[in-house]
Amino acid sequence: MIEFKHVTKILNGVKVLDNLNITIEKGETFVIIGRSGTGKTVTLKHIAGLLEPESGAVLIDGKQMNGASRRQKDSLREKIGFVFQSGALINWMTVEENIALPLVEHKVLSADEIKQIVEEKLDLLQLTSARDRMPAEISGGMKKRASLARVLVRNPEIILYDEPTSGLDPVMSSLINTIINQIKKDQHITQVVVTHDMESAYAIGDRIAMLYDGSIIECDVPDAIRTTTNPIVRQFISGSLEGPIEVL
Amino acid sequence: MVMIKKLRDVIVNVVGGVGKNTLHIVYMMGYSTMLFLEVVYYSRSAFDKRKEILKQMYYAGVKTFIVVSIVALFTGMILALQIGLELKPYQQQPLVGNIIIATLTREMAPFVTAIILIAAVGSTMAAEVGTMAVSEEIDALEMMSISPVRFLVMPRVISLALMLPIATVYTNLLGCIGGGIIAHFQLNVSFDVYYSHILESLHFKATYVGLLKAFIFGIMVSTISCANGLRATNGALGVGKATRNSVVSSFLMVLIVGYYITGIFYGKAG
Repeated sequence: MIEFKHVTKILNGVKVLDNLNITIEKGETFVIIGRSGTGKTVTLKHIAGLLEPESGAVLIDGKQMNGASRRQKDSLREKIGFVFQSGALINWMTVEENIALPLVEHKVLSADEIKQIVEEKLDLLQLTSARDRMPAEISGGMKKRASLARVLVRNPEIILYDEPTSGLDPVMSSLINTIINQIKKDQHITQVVVTHDMESAYAIGDRIAMLYDGSIIECDVPDAIRTTTNPIVRQFISGSLEGPIEVL
Repeated sequence: MVMIKKLRDVIVNVVGGVGKNTLHIVYMMGYSTMLFLEVVYYSRSAFDKRKEILKQMYYAGVKTFIVVSIVALFTGMILALQIGLELKPYQQQPLVGNIIIATLTREMAPFVTAIILIAAVGSTMAAEVGTMAVSEEIDALEMMSISPVRFLVMPRVISLALMLPIATVYTNLLGCIGGGIIAHFQLNVSFDVYYSHILESLHFKATYVGLLKAFIFGIMVSTISCANGLRATNGALGVGKATRNSVVSSFLMVLIVGYYITGIFYGKAG
C-alpha cells in the first residue's frame, strides 16, 4: 500500500503539491491525471524517493520513504520499479544489456539465470528483434517496453509509470495498455500510472484521480469519472477550452 | 527618483549575482569533495569495474593520442627555440637540454597534458554524465539501487588518475624529442650532447613530483567533471553549462593546486 499523508512540495517557489493525501491499495492500478506541470511526475518521484517533500509523509507498506537513509531507500526501492517517460535506458548499452543491468550489477544470479530471465522479458514485451540495438536506434514505444522489461526483471511489487503512452501512435498505446493490464492480471502488482491520455486512463485504471492545484480534486472508478459533474474534471476529460481551467 | 531606483536594482542584481555564484562555487567544492570520498569508498569495487575502467582509459589515452603528440612535440620545440635564442649570445646552447628536461618534468608536461585532457576528456565526462542526469538515466540507476558513483564516476576517476601520469611520461618524451630536433637543426647542438645534457638534469625528484602532479590532476579533473555533470539540470542548456563550468573549474584547480604542489616540494610557498 502507498500512502501520501499531508504531503507538500515546493519547487522553484511554487507549491506543486499542497497537503496531498492519497491511499493506493495493494494490487490496484491507480491512474493520476492532470494538466502538464501540475505535479503528476513529482508525485511519482516522491513514491520513488527521488524527491523529498517539504512536509508530510510518503509511506510504502507502512515504511516512510521520505527522510529515509540511502540504505533504507535502497531496501524500499527493491519493491519499486519506475518506467520513465523517456525510457531512461543507458545510452551506451544495447537493449539486452539494459534489461540485464540490475541483475548483473547486483550479482545475485548466475550468468545463465540472468540470460534466461532477460530472454523471457524480451519475449513478453516483443523486443526480441531489438535485443542487440542501441537505445538511439529504437522507437519510442520500444524504449518504453525495454524500460518496462528492465523493471520487470527485478520482480517489483509496485510499478510507477510516467506517461507510458505519450508520444506513441494509437496502436503502440494499445499495446502498452494491454501489457499494463496483463501485468495486473498475472502478477497483481500495484501500478501507479501518470498520464493525460484519457483513453489509456479508462483502459487501465481501477481508479482515476485528478490532480489540480497540488491536490486531488476527484478520485473514483473510470465509469464515475466519465460521468462526473465536477466542472474542472469535465473540462479536462473533454479537452474543452471553455471552463474553470485557465488556458495559459 | 527613477534613476536611483534603477541604480539600486543594478546594485542589488550585481551583489545578488556575486553572492549566488559564490554560494554555488562553495557548494560545488563541497559536493566534489564528498563525491571524491565516495569514489574512494567505491574504489574497492574497481576490479569488478575493470572493463569500464579500461574503456575509459582507452578514451582518455588512445583517443587523445594524436593531439597529445602534436602538443607535446611543439611544446618541446617552442621551449628549445625560446631558450636557445636566450642562450645563444653566451654560447651556452648545449644547456638547452638541461632546461627543457627540468621544465618538462617538473611543470610543463603535467600541466600541458592536464589542459589537453580537460578539454578532450573532462568536458566529455561532464557532458556524458550531464546528459544522463537530465534524461533521468541517473534516476533510473538510483531506482535499480545502483550507485551512480560506483557505476559511472569511480571508473572515470580511476581511469584518468592512471592515464594522466602515463600521458605525462609520453609528453616528457615527445617534448624532449621536439627540443632535440630544434637543438640540432637550429642551435647547432648535436644529438649526443643534447642527450647527455638531458640525462644530466633528469632528476628522480622532478620526475616523481611531475607524475604525482599528473595523478592528482587526473583525480581532480575527473571528479570536478563528473560532479558538474551529476548536478546538471534544465536539458541541453544545463548540460552546456555543466560542461563549461567543469572546464573552467578544472583549469583553475590545475593551476592553483599545481602551484602548491611545486611550493611543497621546491619552495617555501607551501
